[in-house]
Amino acid sequence: MYQYDQYDQAMVDARVAEFRDQVRRRLDGSLPEEEFRHLRLKNGLYLQLHAYMLRVAIPYGTLNSKQMHMLAHIARKYDKGYGHFTTRQNIQYNWIKLEDAPDILAELATVEMHAIQTSGNCIRNISSDQFAGAAADEIADPRPWAELLRQWSTFHPEFQLLPRKFKIAVIASPSDRAAMRLHDIGIELVKNDAGVLGAKFFAGGGMGRTPMIAPMIREWVPAEELISYAEACLRVYNRHGRRDNKYKARIKILVHEIGADEYRRQVEEEFAHMKTLGLDPPAAELERISAFFRDPPFEQGLSDDIDRSDPDFAVWVDQNTHPHRVPGYTSLTISLKPAGGIPGDATAEQIDLMAELARDYAFDELRVTHAQNIVLAHVRKADLYAIWQKLDDAGLATANLDLIGDMIACPGLDYCSLANARSIPVAQKISERFADTGRQRELGELKLKISGCINACGHHHAGHIGILGVDKKGLENYQLLLGGSGAEDVSLARIVGPGFDEDGIVNAVETVTNVYLGAREPGERFVDTYRRIGMQPFKEALYG
Amino acid sequence: MTTPQILYRDEPAVTDTAIPLAEFTAGTNSAAVRIEPGEDVRALLPLLDQLRLVEVNFPSFGDGRGFSSAQILREAGYKGELRAVGDVLVDQFVFLRRCGFDSFAPNRPLDPDDVKAAEGFFPEFYQKTSDGVAAIWAKRHQVAS
Repeated sequence: MYQYDQYDQAMVDARVAEFRDQVRRRLDGSLPEEEFRHLRLKNGLYLQLHAYMLRVAIPYGTLNSKQMHMLAHIARKYDKGYGHFTTRQNIQYNWIKLEDAPDILAELATVEMHAIQTSGNCIRNISSDQFAGAAADEIADPRPWAELLRQWSTFHPEFQLLPRKFKIAVIASPSDRAAMRLHDIGIELVKNDAGVLGAKFFAGGGMGRTPMIAPMIREWVPAEELISYAEACLRVYNRHGRRDNKYKARIKILVHEIGADEYRRQVEEEFAHMKTLGLDPPAAELERISAFFRDPPFEQGLSDDIDRSDPDFAVWVDQNTHPHRVPGYTSLTISLKPAGGIPGDATAEQIDLMAELARDYAFDELRVTHAQNIVLAHVRKADLYAIWQKLDDAGLATANLDLIGDMIACPGLDYCSLANARSIPVAQKISERFADTGRQRELGELKLKISGCINACGHHHAGHIGILGVDKKGLENYQLLLGGSGAEDVSLARIVGPGFDEDGIVNAVETVTNVYLGAREPGERFVDTYRRIGMQPFKEALYG
Repeated sequence: MTTPQILYRDEPAVTDTAIPLAEFTAGTNSAAVRIEPGEDVRALLPLLDQLRLVEVNFPSFGDGRGFSSAQILREAGYKGELRAVGDVLVDQFVFLRRCGFDSFAPNRPLDPDDVKAAEGFFPEFYQKTSDGVAAIWAKRHQVAS
């Protein structure tokens, strides 16, 4: 994985010093909160319902065991002993004191980590495929490109005060595991006829209160012009994105209002100009970065056989591993979704254990997934049983990857000052209702996503089943949505009908899964059946 | 007329009063113009030779359009004074400099110590911009940027 050189290290060290100075001015009263607000947000520091929340960047979700141990240390020393892994492949801490924030950033900087641009109206952490560099179906490792974009976007002076936040995802496989087309810019690496890698650009996707699927705006951007093109996309947005209404300020509204063709035309015009400015690093820079992502020393000729005599282990292997391109290896997902748990939460002890397992069994590397789980991307199949036993002892061996229990949920009204309703108790109740692994497996792949308000941090628009918490005359109320997907079959979920109370929504989820079980044809997932039979049968079962 | 609090130019600040863009492009002898956030700075590109001062107004610090306006002017070769006016804060100072501003007339004067500190935090930058400073990638590979 990527390692800082003296320039990268100087950058994060400088940021610590700068932020320490900003906090000092805030605490001595010389910097008013309204001005400090956007500065702290640029460092991922939010003021939530009960305390400050700090969001730490994990670029494209990749980190090593030393960094993971640091996350555990911060949870212990500055928080309440746990952290929450997020849908942008980051981690956030919910109980931070403002005066501690500079020290936390200083500790992070010692392990090449930071919280730069994890919030605010700027380019956020670049996300990617959690199986990058390992997946059997990828055409290349997308992370060097993501790192190139990370550096370009870090403190980009022209794009610090965009109309609204800006999220970029980079993938390099036909399977989309990063919800790429629901990003402000989605990039899919593709190969041309000559076998050369380039970037296909999508722009104007997003969730929030007006969900949009990004249209393709350029079939092919050569590696040596990637930065120029990205810069052109951002400049058009910075100049012409709406600033009169923050709910209409994302690039998706601009692209929708002027149309993809007109946006493309403006970007092309800007791009033609950008190309004359020499903004792109030489090819040697992408090569330098790529060298950090070369294959670890895989053993050759390993067997793919696994001793499946322990039935619980066998179920877990079947559910939580993903095909690796090297024989004898697999990519393993550690579910942070135990029955009745808080999706994405992990204790300091669990974080430490995952770090140790990465060091001992996975070439010292971990990934955070946008579905709020942890991946060990390169694991020998022969080691799976030993890993499973250690995970099981720590409550981390839940066998539910991509099943209904593996749900995404935002922090909701338990923490968030924007939320209208709690997400966590709903997630916990559904997770308990479907706790039986056999029952979950019978339902098969089912992406359940829960947001506590219309801002959609829980990705409810992209759920096969989505739940949206709303405020109905002072009471928490939950709307049910069906038919969304954040994968390569991307689609937006639709609201079924009137909302439910907390227990009602749990029952409603069970009702629609029963409709599916009754109607499905062989091989159909929940979302496939929904697409075939439509909303009506679900509606009838729910509302009579 | 605004007077800059901070100036990074060899010659003294231009004292002409900046006129609105529409007035300027309609035909004038003036050498100073003021750009508002929603205005298209590219309207000035055919007239750059005539200009000695461009004021870019920031009615509210959160509106970042002025950063692009400045970059466009500098990329087009504008060499005159480029003045940030309005709600200009010390914490945007380095970014404004990197986008080509060499003159600052904030509504509320900046604390000189804070400005000095802001200038000192970041020794290097990842991107190439119109300020001509070599990007980190250029230093890594010892190429021109």
